[in-house]
Amino acid sequence: MAALSRSEADARESAVHTVHTVTIDLASATVRQLNAELHAPTATSYEVLHPQGAHSIGAGIHDEIDVHVRGHAGYFCAGMNQLAHVVVDGSAGNGVAENMMSGTVRVRGDASQSAGATGRGGLLVIEGSASMRCGISMKGIDIVVGGSVGPMSAFMAQAGRLVVCGDAGDGLGDSIYEARLYVRGSVGALGADCVEKEMREEHRAELAELLRAAGFDHDPGEFRRYGSARGLYHFTSEHSGTY
Amino acid sequence: MKDPSERGLRESATFDRASIAAIQHAARTGVYDIRGWGAKRAVPHFDDLLFLGASMSRYPLEGYRERCDTDVVLGDRHATRPLHLDIPVTIAGMSFGALSAQAKEALGRGASEVGTSTTTGDGGMTDEERGESKTLVYQLLPSRYGMNPDHLRAADAIEVVLGQGAKPGGGGMLLGQKISDRVAEMRTLPAGIDQRSACRHPDWTGPDDLTIKIGELREITDWEKPIYVKVGATRTYYDVKLAVAAGADVVVVDGMQGGTAATQEVFIEHVGIPILAAIPQAVQALRELGMHRKVQLIVSGGIRTGADVAKAMALGADAVAIGTAALIALGDNDPQYAEEYEAIGSAAGYYDDFQDGRDPAGITTQDPELAGRLDPVEGGRRVANYLRVLTMEAQTLARACGKAHVQHLEPEDLVALTIEAAAMARVPLAGTSWIPGIGS
Ligand SMILES: Cc1cc2nc3c(=O)[nH]c(=O)nc-3n(C[C@H](O)[C@H](O)[C@H](O)COP(=O)(O)O)c2cc1C
Repeated sequence: MAALSRSEADARESAVHTVHTVTIDLASATVRQLNAELHAPTATSYEVLHPQGAHSIGAGIHDEIDVHVRGHAGYFCAGMNQLAHVVVDGSAGNGVAENMMSGTVRVRGDASQSAGATGRGGLLVIEGSASMRCGISMKGIDIVVGGSVGPMSAFMAQAGRLVVCGDAGDGLGDSIYEARLYVRGSVGALGADCVEKEMREEHRAELAELLRAAGFDHDPGEFRRYGSARGLYHFTSEHSGTY
Repeated sequence: MKDPSERGLRESATFDRASIAAIQHAARTGVYDIRGWGAKRAVPHFDDLLFLGASMSRYPLEGYRERCDTDVVLGDRHATRPLHLDIPVTIAGMSFGALSAQAKEALGRGASEVGTSTTTGDGGMTDEERGESKTLVYQLLPSRYGMNPDHLRAADAIEVVLGQGAKPGGGGMLLGQKISDRVAEMRTLPAGIDQRSACRHPDWTGPDDLTIKIGELREITDWEKPIYVKVGATRTYYDVKLAVAAGADVVVVDGMQGGTAATQEVFIEHVGIPILAAIPQAVQALRELGMHRKVQLIVSGGIRTGADVAKAMALGADAVAIGTAALIALGDNDPQYAEEYEAIGSAAGYYDDFQDGRDPAGITTQDPELAGRLDPVEGGRRVANYLRVLTMEAQTLARACGKAHVQHLEPEDLVALTIEAAAMARVPLAGTSWIPGIGS
């Protein structure tokens, strides 16, 4: 993996240490107590200890706060996030940042299935790899994966951008609408109606911007772009063999 | 010319005129039929049940004088803000996109006027709808079009949709004619495309995951909102058990007659079971879990009259939901548009091309001129009138059975007219004590 230039995230982290950080220890507090606090925050910065794979950590935050989860998170961590900056110092289970609206979510480890599913905005960074269906049904979110993604990623992806610095599994972009996919490594069999597309200057520019925001220093020239052939946008019986 | 049958010609029961027309259409166009409405075939239904009014062995209540209450509480199992509806008839989920904004607003107005809820659909929540609906249920569907945590928090309840009676196992569709710029924007889709919705949820699979998903929705909304789970009626006994185990506050079961905005005809007519057969399965599942009346049961699929409402409740439902009937109340299939229905190849009383966007009544369309025909205030008044009539009819039957609350109706108040209905509804064939499949 390329060396990470975590400038933005690091800057934010050091900034928050100068402000008041509230620590919530899930060894003694419940997820309900944690989320109740995060939904009506009394501080701008939180640290969550001993997450131990609990589900729904930081789901439904709607304020611009920093949340640092020190360990592994279960399903739906930072689900539907709005405005907040969430860092998981470990791996994340199913549906991390699902339906995210805005803000950033960074997973330092790997992510399980359906990372960033249906996300509508914001930036999800997975420094490790993501399992199947990463970016499924994405609707405007940007997702940058440092490693590889599993099969059926960006299934029915409607809008937004998925950047994969490693490889992508089979069925990438199946039944894709208008999302743009960038993959640096190899791609398995492309999904129905997903095709490789020309990498133009505007694409290199937006990819460079996404990589920079995510803290990766890969050369955009190493990536290939995939998107919709728009062949399935209207029903006709001639398509029956396509699926 | 004389009617063919009068000339001794014989129509095939197997290849009837509708079958012949379907084959001809398939051969001509190469596409299968996509339409709205629900199943049109005859299936055992509430008409096959009758009430045993009180006489000697039971006292009836005085109509119009003695109280017969109709209110219902939904979602008090886990939610800190359960719904309290004045009547047990709710408006089912129908999307903005499938319906015009005016139709959605009218449904909200009508429901609010009589103290019941309405429901969003596969296209997100509109301001008109939220504004005019006192109690609004927000659907979480596989497509997640327009899904927004602000709307989750603005809703009064959340309905996780696994399926619909018209198409259990199928996703939604909305054809290009109806993907206007506003609909496209709300769904994050290019305008004018034929939209296909996913049939499975993108971020969970199976009942164990659903438990965790419901947990997330509760966390996002701080455990305030009731969470419903809606299923199309198929393996209802198991589905209800699993929904309750996953933490649902309310289970919604939609029978095969249930309406849809657009689905393959083969799906509408051939998948799922009638609501009559599904209710006893659902009630059995709830009873076995000790959850009947604790997790509320809402049923839908072909509810037309107060008799249907009362019968569904007597079989054990806590409330019903209506789709098609509410659209008819708004003006769908109104004879005043007879000529226009003819012009688009249909007829008043037959119109089911909800997918097509050319609805003369301005309900299932996104065409501004057509949609403008429906006045939301007048439409709301009609829906409210209709809901009042349904409620009064249900009360009439409940009083006749001696019940001071429509929810006190019970299976013992019912008999069946046919063996099929007796077996499905698990009430005795009229004049006998015989419930086929259960004892002698
Ligand atoms: C025009 C139309 C649109 C519908 N859209 C949805 C939808 O978006 N989500 C959903 O769960 N059900 C949808 N349904 C199904 C209804 O919620 C409900 O299950 C059904 O209409 C009940 O049966 P009934 O029409 O016989 O009353 C729709 C039905 C109709 C008629």
